[in-house]
Amino acid sequence: MSQQIFDKLKSNDPEIKQSKLLKSLESDDMAKHFDDPLDNEMVMNMGPQHPATHGVLRLLLRLDGETVVKALTEIGYLHRGYEKIAESCNYHEFIPHTDRLDYLQPVANNVGYTLAVEKLLGIEITERCKYIRTICCELGRLESHLVAVGSMVMDLGAITPFIWTFREREKIQDILDIVTGVRFTTSYTRIGGVAQDITPEAIAAIKKFIDEFPGNLKDTRAILDRNRIFIERTQGIGYMSKEDLLQWGASGPVLRAGGVERDLRKDDPYLIYDKVDFRVPVYTDSDVLARYYVRIEEMLESVKILRQCIEKIPEGPVRTIEPKQVLPGKQKIYTKMEELIYDFMLINFGITPPVGEAYQGIESSKGELGFYLISDGSGHPFRLKIRSPSFTNIQTIPVMLHNCMISDIVAILGSLDPVMGEADK
Amino acid sequence: MNEEKINLLKDKLKSFEIEYADATGTPQLVVKKENVVSVGEILKSDEDFKFDMLIDEFGVDKFTKNERFEVIVSLWSEKHKDRIFLKIKLDTKNPVMPTLTGVWKSANFNERETYDMFGIIFEGHPDMRRIYMPENFEYHPLRKDFPLMGIPSSLDLPKK
Repeated sequence: MSQQIFDKLKSNDPEIKQSKLLKSLESDDMAKHFDDPLDNEMVMNMGPQHPATHGVLRLLLRLDGETVVKALTEIGYLHRGYEKIAESCNYHEFIPHTDRLDYLQPVANNVGYTLAVEKLLGIEITERCKYIRTICCELGRLESHLVAVGSMVMDLGAITPFIWTFREREKIQDILDIVTGVRFTTSYTRIGGVAQDITPEAIAAIKKFIDEFPGNLKDTRAILDRNRIFIERTQGIGYMSKEDLLQWGASGPVLRAGGVERDLRKDDPYLIYDKVDFRVPVYTDSDVLARYYVRIEEMLESVKILRQCIEKIPEGPVRTIEPKQVLPGKQKIYTKMEELIYDFMLINFGITPPVGEAYQGIESSKGELGFYLISDGSGHPFRLKIRSPSFTNIQTIPVMLHNCMISDIVAILGSLDPVMGEADK
Repeated sequence: MNEEKINLLKDKLKSFEIEYADATGTPQLVVKKENVVSVGEILKSDEDFKFDMLIDEFGVDKFTKNERFEVIVSLWSEKHKDRIFLKIKLDTKNPVMPTLTGVWKSANFNERETYDMFGIIFEGHPDMRRIYMPENFEYHPLRKDFPLMGIPSSLDLPKK
């Protein structure tokens, strides 16, 4: 076929004959491409600056027409070396760095890290502090799931739910502003407690929020749940079997949408999760739609947990009295000599945990967020390993993308909800 | 994991010369690197343990005269809701260990990361490339002898 076109062109006037295009067409390489354009596989680069990759994730796709034959993920564009930095910080200094891991829910990262340090030190935190941290974790989960749902449907073409979920997220950030003093990078926890006590004003704000939130979420669901475009673009897309999910180490909503009931809040309880009543939503379809439903139902469960926490929260101190390991708090430093000395020692030399290793995993909104600490008895962590859920969930992308269409990629990425700050560390 | 179960584990793995340690409440098995794949297969397939998820795998640089590199593997059993750690001690000069990707596929990224950060080579790994740092970077940044400020001119600037 192409040979005929070439012959035709050759017979024409000399102007065409000398054109650059024709010359390149005549070279062997180009002729091969034009034999059958559909016969060839194309390699396409998606990201790291693609808006649907939610950060700086790069995908290399081998395409056959519009179908993905093979996919490869490239990460590391946001690598800041936090594990190396941790080795030169003392234990307290690393708390602000944890905000920047999963930046959609900084509070939960703070809690995860401090729980690991406390496990290493063997400190038991006070009951009120446990409640406050649980409230923070659940607010973080809501915050993160709202972005996950909103941005996923935005990638699929629906702008309205995105605006609505961000409106709700904004309210949560206002609450966090009252609770922690900061909207975004909270650094709220301290080893052995929290920075400041939760005020009645904050509790009232949370109460007002959780009363309104399910109704507002219903509006978002009303647009999506029976929306034919949404369902057709998500149902059956990004399927991965239960065995594969376990084999590839996926966790969080991705795993629970695949029929595995793994939630560290139930399986390996920390804080007060063994005292509150909640359900772990599990779906068996293991597709994008199932992950959407898992997230939506988890948000409603979070509201349930928040309500119980607010009702049950006991009075009492928020910091453990353990002068050699826990910062005493500003009020005491200004008024008491002893506390001033301890504070000076803690700030200058840091906490010195005993030699040993400790691991604490929490169920963050994306899966198991774990901190493995190795101490050599000095003021810095000898080694801190962050087990980030997004890093491991990204591994499942090539499996999910196999044989899907290009337009499904954005849906699948949205359903995994990877945060590159956490995956790249 | 309770006492009874650890004894059962000791019984099942007695042919592998394993030392038992404790990481603040979680059992830690110190495994020889030759045995790590067989131990992994037993832990994964045995009905009493069923450690079917590899949660994490990472390196540690001890930086002492006699021992240096270690790899810690974190496992989770979905059936029994148990957690366990494996610790593998490696040579100082030649840190090589067999890959675990044959047992748990999720070891893939974690082993690439360990290779990138510590220079530990995993024999038989399907895709032994760096994961965070660029391919032409010569050093392994999480080793203790790599300075915190980095090494000047170890990374190329973008060409104009």
